[in-house]
Order: sequence, then structure tokens, then C-alpha cells
Amino acid sequence: MIPLSHYLMLSTLLFSISIIGIFLNRKNLVVLLMAIELLLLAANINFVAFSHYLGDAAGQVFVFFVLTVAAAESAIGLAILIVVFRNRQSIDVQDLSQLKG
Amino acid sequence: MSFLQVSFYCFSLILIVAAVRVVTVGNAVKAALYLVLVFFSAACIWITLEAEFLAIVLVLVYVGAVMVLFLFVVMMLDIDITRMRESFGRYLFTGGSIAVIMVIELGIVVMAGSFDLDRVPRPVGHDSEYSNTKELGILLYTDYVYIVELAAILLLVAIIAAIALTLRKRPKTHYQSPSQQLTVTKKERLKIVEMDSETNRSSNRGSSS
Repeated sequence: MIPLSHYLMLSTLLFSISIIGIFLNRKNLVVLLMAIELLLLAANINFVAFSHYLGDAAGQVFVFFVLTVAAAESAIGLAILIVVFRNRQSIDVQDLSQLKG
Repeated sequence: MSFLQVSFYCFSLILIVAAVRVVTVGNAVKAALYLVLVFFSAACIWITLEAEFLAIVLVLVYVGAVMVLFLFVVMMLDIDITRMRESFGRYLFTGGSIAVIMVIELGIVVMAGSFDLDRVPRPVGHDSEYSNTKELGILLYTDYVYIVELAAILLLVAIIAAIALTLRKRPKTHYQSPSQQLTVTKKERLKIVEMDSETNRSSNRGSSS
């Protein structure tokens, strides 16, 4: 049978791939948002795996709410992206330096 | 190897390869389509974990709604891909080393034996009478009912925020104002002019032409 550690290792790999994606795609805000979706998916895989192996359905309820938050986050993120593109004609992260942060 | 194991490792392989393609392909449309593949194989993996309801929700909500939203936004933007690719690999070393360190650290913790089959045995699957949707529904509408309502409010706020952010007034657009239309009185629109009747119109027209 498949041990729990293999599921955890899968989500670890997915998490690190999306970390690399955040570093690689500094020019493209759309792909950056997709990498954040991958991060949330890796966390969700952990939740579902623990929920199954420990026999507690509450973990799946948490995944439900994480999906809700992720949907809201991507909707607002894409709206901000459109506003940024409308004002600056670019979605490069490096162009967003108006706040001098 | 059982059928479950074969399918789990196949789906995991597809998921990892597709995730790598999402972050390296550069083209946003292709990345979105690879992301669909990632979510689909993740849904298949969740089915091997007997989370059928969430797997279907993942496909319906993510592949059906969020990915289509992504594709729409990508189509609305006019992105210069060649400029995007210019400094693509500049942070590859930094990001790659951080990710490798993370994988090693987490791998040491995860593979140390605390999560092996003898410590955490895989539970026997439910019988055919079991309904994952029913169990989740009972939990959601009893123990977590306030959080469900909070989630509903969160989604409402997200809708309002997304509309308010992207709404813009075009200066040249003509539109009706119903409140102004309704408050119009006869005095503002109709003007009765007192004047003498004209009798020699036909003779004037004849002389001018």
C-alpha cells in the first residue's frame, strides 16, 4: 500500500516547484498567480492525505474553505492585474515601483 | 503492485511534470492549460484518497471557473512574450537552491519514518454504502455552519471588490438617468409660444425661390 509519506513528498515537490516558479516568472504576473494556486494545491493535498489516513473528515472541510479563499484571491488578484495593465501597459513586477518600497 | 499504487504514481508523475511545465513554459496560455492538467491529476489523486466530493469540486470550480477566468484575463492583456523571456533564468540559481534546500529539509522530516505504514496504517476503504458528500455535508451544516456563512460573505466581498476594481466610467458613453427622467415636469419640457398667425407664407416662399 501507499504510505502517507509518499503523499507528503508529492506535495513537498509541488510546493518547491511553485517556489521556483515564483522566482523564475518575475516578469509575468499571470504566471506568478498560477504559481500561488499551485502552492495552495500542495497544501490541500496534505490536508486530504491526513484526513484520509487519520480518518477525520474535518480535514476535507478545511480544503473546502481553502478552495473558497483561493477562488476569492485569484478573482481579486486578476482584477488588480487588469487595473495594473490598464495604467502601466505592462505586467512586469519590476515596473511596479511607484510606492518606492 | 496494486492498481491503486500504479494509478497513484502515474498521476503523481503527470502532476509533477505538468507543474514544472507551468512555471517554465513562459507563454501564459500554455501555462494555464498545463495548470488545468495539474488540477485534473490532483483531483485523480484525491479520488485515490476517497475524497470524491472535493475532487469533483476541484474539477468543476477550478478547471471550470478559475482557469477560464485566467484564460479570459490572458486574452484581454497584450503581453510581449519575448520581453518576458529576456531575464527568465536570472533568479534560477537563487530560487532553485532555496527549493532544493526546502525539499531536502522536508524530505528528511517526512521520510524519517514517522509517516510510514507501520506508524500510520492506510485505513481500510469505506464500503459502497458510504457517501463522502453526505458526510461532508453533515459536517459543513452542523459544526461548521458559521464558517460556511463567513465563506459566503467572503465570496460576496470578492465579487464586489473585483467589480469595483475593474469598473471604469468611459467619458464618451451616453446613458440614461431614470431618476432624472422621472422627476421631469411638464414645465421643463413643453413651452407654449404666443404669436400671431402667419398668413403670407406661400407668397414668401414663392418670392425667395
